[in-house]
Amino acid sequence: MKILVCISKTPDTTAKVTFTANNTKFAEEAVQWIINPYDEWYALVKAIELKEMGVATAVHLITLGNADCDPIIRKALALGGDEAIRINVDSQDSYYVASQIAAVAKEGNYDLVLTGKETIDYNGSAIGGMVAALLEWPFISHATQLVLENNQATLVREIEGGEETDQVQLPIVVSCQKGMAEQRIPNMKGIMGARTKPLTVREPIVADSLTSFIHFDLPAAKAGVKLVSADDPEELVRLLHEEAKVI
Amino acid sequence: MSVLILLDQADGHIRKSSFEAACYGSKLATQLGVSSEALVIGTVSEDLSSLGQYGINTVHSLSENSLSNADVQVFTKVISELVKNINATVLVLSNNMLGKAIAPSLSVFLKAGLVTGAIDLPETNNGFVVKKNVFGGKAFAEVGINTAIKIITLNPNSFPVTKIDAIASVKPFVATIPTAKVKVVSTKKVEGEVSLSEAEIVVSGGRGLKGPENWGLVTDLAKLLGAATACSRPVSDINWRPHHEHVGQTGLAIAPNLYIAVGISGSIQHLAGVNRSKTIVVINKDPEAPFFKSADYGIVGDAFEIMPKITEAVKKLKNK
Repeated sequence: MKILVCISKTPDTTAKVTFTANNTKFAEEAVQWIINPYDEWYALVKAIELKEMGVATAVHLITLGNADCDPIIRKALALGGDEAIRINVDSQDSYYVASQIAAVAKEGNYDLVLTGKETIDYNGSAIGGMVAALLEWPFISHATQLVLENNQATLVREIEGGEETDQVQLPIVVSCQKGMAEQRIPNMKGIMGARTKPLTVREPIVADSLTSFIHFDLPAAKAGVKLVSADDPEELVRLLHEEAKVI
Repeated sequence: MSVLILLDQADGHIRKSSFEAACYGSKLATQLGVSSEALVIGTVSEDLSSLGQYGINTVHSLSENSLSNADVQVFTKVISELVKNINATVLVLSNNMLGKAIAPSLSVFLKAGLVTGAIDLPETNNGFVVKKNVFGGKAFAEVGINTAIKIITLNPNSFPVTKIDAIASVKPFVATIPTAKVKVVSTKKVEGEVSLSEAEIVVSGGRGLKGPENWGLVTDLAKLLGAATACSRPVSDINWRPHHEHVGQTGLAIAPNLYIAVGISGSIQHLAGVNRSKTIVVINKDPEAPFFKSADYGIVGDAFEIMPKITEAVKKLKNK
C-alpha cells in the first residue's frame, strides 16, 4: 500500500504579508518558509502513522517548486517518509499543479493520496479534489479520521453543520484537517537520515493553467478601537445598537 | 447562455449562504446579460418559484432522495449534465463544506477555471477577474479565469441578500444518476442551532476564560443574540470546546457582522480567521492585548464581571 503525500511550501503563519512588482507578487524577502501546516500536521503525520502501523509499505512526498523548496522537503523527510519528488516548476494555478501530482500518482501506482485541506497562503482548497477528479478516484474532503483495513478505508469527514462516516475502496484521495493526526517534532535521527533520503527532481508534464493571479491588495487599516470603561458595559451595548447597528 | 447557481439545503431548508449565492449569481447574470438559473437537489419546504425574489429566472428541481448525501463524483456528474444542458458559462456555489468538496472536481470535469472564496462580483469588462481572500484574509487577490466556463465559490457573509418582486419558473430536472463509490455509513449533526460560517453574530472565548466550566459567559450572551459560539485555537487544542468551533488561520475563517472576542489576546493566526468581521469587539483584561489594535470597540477589564453585565444590558434592549 503506497501513499503519496502532497507537500506545499508556505510563508510562516506570522509572516508579514506584503507585495512587490506593483502588487503582482508576494514579497518573499525575509520570509520564513514552513511546510503548509495542514500538509505537515495532518496529511504527512497520518501517512507516517500508517507506515509505523505496518499498513502502508511506502510513504512518498511530492512538491512543486524550484530548488528553494528543498529545505522544506528535507524537513518533511526528517519527520518521516521514504523519498520525495520535486516537480521543478512554480505555479499558482490549481489545475496545473493537480495535473502534475495526478500524473505522478498514476505512474507510481499509489493507493492513497493525502493533501492538507488547503494551503494557508492562497487558500485554494482545490488540489485534492482536482487530483481525485483527474485520476477518477473518489475524493474525501476535510477528513478528520482515517482507518485502513484490507484495502478499504473508513473515514470521518466534516460536512456542513456535521460529520459523515464513509466507507470506500482504495485508491482514493483524502484532504486532511484537524483531528487526523497530531503535530510531531523531527528528532535528530530523523534529521540526519533525511539528508540521504532520495529526492528526485523531475521536469513538469505539459498541462493547462486555467487561472492566473493578476493583482494583490491589502485590506484598509481599521480606524482604531473605541474603548468603553469596564464600569459601564451598558455603554458598549448602546454603541453596538445605535452606532454600529449590529445588534 | 446562463449563470447556474447550486442551492444547498439543510434539513429541507435552503441555506442562508445559498440565498447569498443566488443574489450574487443573479447580479452576475444581469451584468453578463444572460439568464440566472438555479439547481435545487432534493426536496425543500420553500416554494421554489419564490426563489424569483432573489433574481433567479429558472429553478431546476432534481427531487431525488438518493442524493441526500453529497457524493463528490455523483454530484459532479449531475451538475455537469445540467451545466451542459442549459449552456451555463458560470457556475456559482457557496464556499462551504459542500462547495469545497465538489467545486474542484467540477473544475476538472468541465475544464473550467475555478476561484474559491470569492468576496465580490467579478470584473467582466476586460476578461473575467474575481476578487478573493488570500493569506487567511490578510490580503486580497484578483484572479483571472481563462476558460469558457468559469466556477466561483462565494464566501459566506460576503454578499448582501436583496429581494425583488418576481417569480421563477420551475422545471423538473431528470438526471442520469451514477452509483456512488463511497458508502455513507452514518451522518451526525454537530453544530449548534446557529451555523458558525453563516452566523451574523459570533461570540468567541479564549484561554482568558480559565476553563470550560465558565463558558456560560459566552453561551448566555450568544443565545440571547441568536449568535454562534466560537473559540481560539488553544481552547480547542485542550478540548475545552469542540474542534469545529475553532476559528483562525488553521481553523475556520468567518466574516460575521459582529464578532465578540472574550479573553482572546488576538494572535496574528487568530486574526487571520476573523478579521473580515464587519465589527469586532474585544474584551480583555490585558490592555496590551494585540487584538485591541484590530478591534472597533473594546473594554479593558475582567470578563467575569463584564460579561454578565453585557448580557443583562442586551436582555433589557431585547425586552424594549
